Amino acid sequence: MKRCPPVILLITALLAACGPVATPIAASLPPTATAAPAAPVLLPTLPPPTPEPMPEPRTLTVFAAASLSDAFTEIGQDFEAVHPGVSVALNFAGSQTLSTQLTQGAVADIFASANKTEMDKLAAASLVPTDAPRNFLTNQLIVILPKYNPANLQTLQDLTRPGMKLVLADKSVPAGKYTLQILDNMVKDAAFGADFKTRLLANVVSNETDVKQVVAKVQLGEADAGIAYLSDSIAAPELKTIQIPANLNVLARYPIAALTNAPQPQLAADFVAYVLSADGQAILKKWGFNPISP
Amino acid sequence: MRRSLRQLAFNQYSGWVFILPSLVLIGLLGLPLLALVWRAIGKDFFNNALSPTAIAALKLSLLTSTVSVLIALAAGTPLAYILARWKFHGKTALELLIDLPVVLPPSVAGLALLIAFGRQGVFGIWLNRIGITLPFTTAAVVMAQTFVSAPLFVRSAHVGFAGIDKQLEEAATVEGANEWQMFRYIMVPLAGRAFLTGFILTWTRALGEFGATIMFAGNLIGKTQTMPLAIYLGFERGLGVAVALSVMLVVVSIILLGVMRRLERRSTVIMREV
Repeated sequence: MKRCPPVILLITALLAACGPVATPIAASLPPTATAAPAAPVLLPTLPPPTPEPMPEPRTLTVFAAASLSDAFTEIGQDFEAVHPGVSVALNFAGSQTLSTQLTQGAVADIFASANKTEMDKLAAASLVPTDAPRNFLTNQLIVILPKYNPANLQTLQDLTRPGMKLVLADKSVPAGKYTLQILDNMVKDAAFGADFKTRLLANVVSNETDVKQVVAKVQLGEADAGIAYLSDSIAAPELKTIQIPANLNVLARYPIAALTNAPQPQLAADFVAYVLSADGQAILKKWGFNPISP
Repeated sequence: MRRSLRQLAFNQYSGWVFILPSLVLIGLLGLPLLALVWRAIGKDFFNNALSPTAIAALKLSLLTSTVSVLIALAAGTPLAYILARWKFHGKTALELLIDLPVVLPPSVAGLALLIAFGRQGVFGIWLNRIGITLPFTTAAVVMAQTFVSAPLFVRSAHVGFAGIDKQLEEAATVEGANEWQMFRYIMVPLAGRAFLTGFILTWTRALGEFGATIMFAGNLIGKTQTMPLAIYLGFERGLGVAVALSVMLVVVSIILLGVMRRLERRSTVIMREV
């Protein structure tokens, strides 16, 4: 018999949390009380309900290319600050991993890709409206070297020196695709020679699954050089770099879109608008991306 | 007393209390594997399974996991023997060290290996001076696999040695057996079953190693791209090769576990007859 009162209390609490099955006490609560799980247990001593209801907590899920990790973390925090009650859940990985997850049924509101190919896959699967994707920044590639530059690399030509340990993004990753495009451009340039690509690829010791892994291996000094985004080199200022000339480089355009089945369509539209706004573009610029002028 | 499932379900209403929750777990474990096989069946299966990427990954996985399990056998057996037979200071700490890789996330193992044996690593920097660089090599794959899988063998062999009747050991000592003879003629034959279990568990774990490998050894076809890595990248390139390789790993694992079951049962019979 001793145990009874807490049990009754618990049942009352559960009923209260269920909303429609309202007991007199539960009925006097504002609807937002259901959002605070701890509140119903304290029913007997609950203070009078506050007149201002908290905004309903909502989660905006953003799938973004690994290279956007730093910039989108900051954008997410800013977005949360101006939208009370909203939390931005960020999922960073290689764009190709994210697009596969989405086509296999993962649920998200936003997809920000490092290339058009992965966004097009979603459009082809009707996961984003065909006219929705907007380019929101451009990026370029750069050669990154460890702080101590163990192999003493000075020029792009040095990358083909035998025994060089080179780390690239895998060719399934946008950064890897861009790298191969650049190498194809170099092959046509007399300064590098027709066998430049073959000789450089012979020095590759690992094809990483996203561009941040390339950066990590170079930061740790395990590789003599890697090819990553200009933005990555700005996010990791201790790294040395070798520029890739503009005529050989690619202009990587990143598209962003709200998904057709976004659980939070209005918030998703707001987020895209924020990324394209002057504030959002300023954050992207800070992290080394080239904003797209409106 | 044993009851048949049918009896439980129909004669006793309460039988469902056991069956329904079990079905949830069985479904969770079984359905994904069923779906994988379902997807794999088709005319492209052999094309995918025999693609150069898949073959290279298969060869590399077989090679590295075999080397890993042999290292575990050669170094793990004496270690398990020491743990089971000798008393010494710091034994508990040593046992903890051996149990740790089993519970650690493989990504921690990969990072630790990189920080220890990487080119700029705490010990790797010395290796580098004598011309040995481990990251991004097949040796690094073996190290990653051994790190995560060998403890399973040591644990298993330890249990096997510890389970041997003390009277047998005493009798051998009385007969004048030295440590080697004890090990060779008493302990190893009697702990055979535990060896086998450990051997197969270690092998399957090494075959499946992913996280530590990708961090410490990187990903290069034919050199460091084992089956789990190829599956991960296949996942990104198009599911065909990934699904085919996954099914191959599932089948190999089922065969190994089946062999283990069978041999275990047989050795139990032998033990009883002894």
